[in-house]
Amino acid sequence: MIYALCIVLFLLGLYGVLVKKNLIKIIISLAMMNNAINLFFILLAYRKNGVVPILSFLQPNANLYETAVDPLPQALVLTSVVIGLGVTALMVALAIRLYYVYGTFDITKMRKLRG
Amino acid sequence: MVEISIFILLVFMIIGMVFVLEMKNLLSAVVMMGAIDFGLSVIFLLLSAPDLAIVQIAVAVISLVIMIRATIHREIVETPSQESTFSSRVVMLCFLFLFFILIYPAFSLLPIFGEPIFAESASSSMKYLLEGMTQTGSPNIVTAIVLDFRAYDTLGEAIVLFTSVLGAVSVLRYRNRKKPGSST
Repeated sequence: MIYALCIVLFLLGLYGVLVKKNLIKIIISLAMMNNAINLFFILLAYRKNGVVPILSFLQPNANLYETAVDPLPQALVLTSVVIGLGVTALMVALAIRLYYVYGTFDITKMRKLRG
Repeated sequence: MVEISIFILLVFMIIGMVFVLEMKNLLSAVVMMGAIDFGLSVIFLLLSAPDLAIVQIAVAVISLVIMIRATIHREIVETPSQESTFSSRVVMLCFLFLFFILIYPAFSLLPIFGEPIFAESASSSMKYLLEGMTQTGSPNIVTAIVLDFRAYDTLGEAIVLFTSVLGAVSVLRYRNRKKPGSST
């Protein structure tokens, strides 16, 4: 059920990318698709009543392999989140540049080639 | 309990996404995007991923600032001419609904929520949990993976981030091109 909601979020992002004609909306939709995929990985890694995979004074000598959630998807998604920020920043830079050239965020008006 | 909280937050995120898609004012849409990102951060915290929650909050704030920088002082209201026709929206919604129906059987193949597959076999996650502390000296297994076991992955991430910043700077450089004909 939770997986389905996650996919619904992804599909809403896909809908925005396919239907919207405003660059800012498209960028937000792409960021949401990225978020939905990240969330999906972390949902797959969750263990019921799982503890954080950190050894601390709160859980000394913890048998992490029996109680902790999966640390590997967390490490991979950590990378993915930061790369998502880089992608968003690059897309926004391109959008600002296009606005500077064309004076609009509307992609249907960006047809003529201009220097 | 965790499941219900995640459920509520996910529904909030989906409603927020619908608002983002239907909002006429772009600045409102961007602020709503920030709210969704913070909701995602809380979900990460509930799923026992505190490192990820911290990173997500930082990324949410930075991307919110970037997006506001892009929309403020600009034409921020969607005009009716920018909207897609009704028929194309309906066709697209039907297509996405069909997509959802087709992938729905795949959910039964996934592990049940709360019972991950790594716990049942000798996986690499198991190895990290067993030996992470002794091999790297880091009590935090996630950072042990990011900075030690899979450090090349992090190096690649740094390269990608650097490249994207380089691209953004070179695109945004506020210097007009030299006019054709003038000396270089």
